[in-house]
Amino acid sequence: MPTRSYTSRRELEQHSFHPAVSLLVPLAAIILQALLPKPLPRLAILDLPLIVTIFFAVSRRSPIAGALTGATIGLLQDALTNQPIGVNGIAKTVIGYIAASIGVQVDVENLSTRILMNFGFSLLSSILLFLINRRLLGLPGFHLLWFHELTRAIVNTIVAVPIFLLLDQAKRTE
Amino acid sequence: MDSFFVRYKNSLVLIALLLAQTIGLAVQVRRPVAASAPDAPSVSLVRYWAVSAVSPFERFFLTIGHTLRGGWSNYLDLRHVRQQNAELQQQIADMRVQQAAIAQDAIQGHRLQALLNFQQHYVTSTVAAQVIGTSGSDFSRVLYIDKGAADGLKSDQAVITPDGIVGKLRDVFPHTAQVLLINDQTSGAGVLLASTRIRAILRGTTNGRIVINNLTADSRIKPGETVLTSGGDQVYPRGLPVGTIETIAPDPDHQPYTTIQLHPAANLSQLEEVLVITGTQPTLPLQAQQDLNLGLATAEAQAAQAQAAQAQAAAARAADLKAIEDAKSAAEIVADRLPSLHDNSAPAATTPNAPGTPAAPLSAVVPRPTPTLHPDRYTPGSTPPAADLTPGAANHSITTQTPSDTTNSPASAPQKSPKSPTTNTAQPNP
Repeated sequence: MPTRSYTSRRELEQHSFHPAVSLLVPLAAIILQALLPKPLPRLAILDLPLIVTIFFAVSRRSPIAGALTGATIGLLQDALTNQPIGVNGIAKTVIGYIAASIGVQVDVENLSTRILMNFGFSLLSSILLFLINRRLLGLPGFHLLWFHELTRAIVNTIVAVPIFLLLDQAKRTE
Repeated sequence: MDSFFVRYKNSLVLIALLLAQTIGLAVQVRRPVAASAPDAPSVSLVRYWAVSAVSPFERFFLTIGHTLRGGWSNYLDLRHVRQQNAELQQQIADMRVQQAAIAQDAIQGHRLQALLNFQQHYVTSTVAAQVIGTSGSDFSRVLYIDKGAADGLKSDQAVITPDGIVGKLRDVFPHTAQVLLINDQTSGAGVLLASTRIRAILRGTTNGRIVINNLTADSRIKPGETVLTSGGDQVYPRGLPVGTIETIAPDPDHQPYTTIQLHPAANLSQLEEVLVITGTQPTLPLQAQQDLNLGLATAEAQAAQAQAAQAQAAAARAADLKAIEDAKSAAEIVADRLPSLHDNSAPAATTPNAPGTPAAPLSAVVPRPTPTLHPDRYTPGSTPPAADLTPGAANHSITTQTPSDTTNSPASAPQKSPKSPTTNTAQPNP
């Protein structure tokens, strides 16, 4: 009888998802993100695709999968804006990669870790978007509004916690 | 070599992804066109795929939302329909009156514009569209509408609401179009300050506000002033409302310019339905011309009525005056014509004299001089009438009027009795 030995935390807690979940959840996040600000304009501060990117990246614990997930979601998000395609793509690729790398090292099932992680990645996303717009695209009028970005990070964190709990139900342990 | 790729595969994949996207960005921003212009065909194709994937869901949710909301609002509307009908009837009556006044102004303005050879563009055709979604990002203020190239829409067509301008079409797909709102950071529009007629350029900001930042400080520009489109950008027809000035502050980064912040006329954050301007022409559309003619006819009819009423009133007034004139006596006419001879202390004539009655003596209204304080022999009234004097008489008394004797009129003074109090008697020298 073959025996399997777990040599790392990554092998112990690596999860996978049904292909339908992997496809529909990011799509649903993007559609909701496009629909919600219409009746409730203040909800434009939310970044549901970012939350989904972080969730899939930390759950799969594969930096390549995280980066690819982030790139796909970001590019799809860019395609709906008037910005050049790639702005959100680059930001979410980096975030997906870092989130997956962190997921290998720490216990991402813990609530405190999730709160800290979402808050930190939301701020990192704002900084990356600022750098891409200001440095790569050379938009001089693009400013980083710190209070607004902190508010965005807090709101995203508050929304991310129940979404993570909901998406935990779709996990399949390998 | 294999071990290198295996060992660094994560980092290599990340670098490859970032590099590919950076090159893609560089290709997109290399085009020497404005940021608000439509994308290149290849980029537009990617957007089209994304929009095609997302917009069916957006339409589906929009339909469900409308069905639910429509059912509830139909019920509510029926409850208030009678009251609304009465209000609307009243509104129509008010508007008919306003229409006449506006038609006069419009025709006058039209004539003046023709004189000045203005390049005015009138909206001839619009397409009504429903907003089905947003970009979902507050860095990018765009909307998606449910009409596209199949409905005759093209890039750079102006999008408005009855309240004011909303933005312009950026990318147009077969059944969907992307609207770039005027408060997006890449947006711009040529505007005109309504009262001062100063032309300016409007821009969106990163935080979703609309500002004018190409004007220097001017004391004539005040908060509350209306801002209209100037028509100079070849996108928005001239004269559409844009918003009102909210604040005016010096621009610390670009002295001596000011940052004039506007409050948009249209509610950009909650748009349900919009109008896309698909056609303009330099002359008034037929329907508008008919409306204008109707308004003018109403205005002329009202003016004729007002003139007739004025003439009638004037005739009635003249007849009244004539009757009063006829009833006046000759003396009153003279008194009227010589207002300086009026005696304020005289009793007012309440009833006109009967014909044949002698006129009142004019002496009654002759003004009297101020009484003398220290009378002497030269004082008027101190000398007896010439008829009483006898040439060569040995003595005669000269009466002087005392200051206290102020009640006597000068005309009657010479007729005073010699028994009046004498203050001084002159004796001739022997």
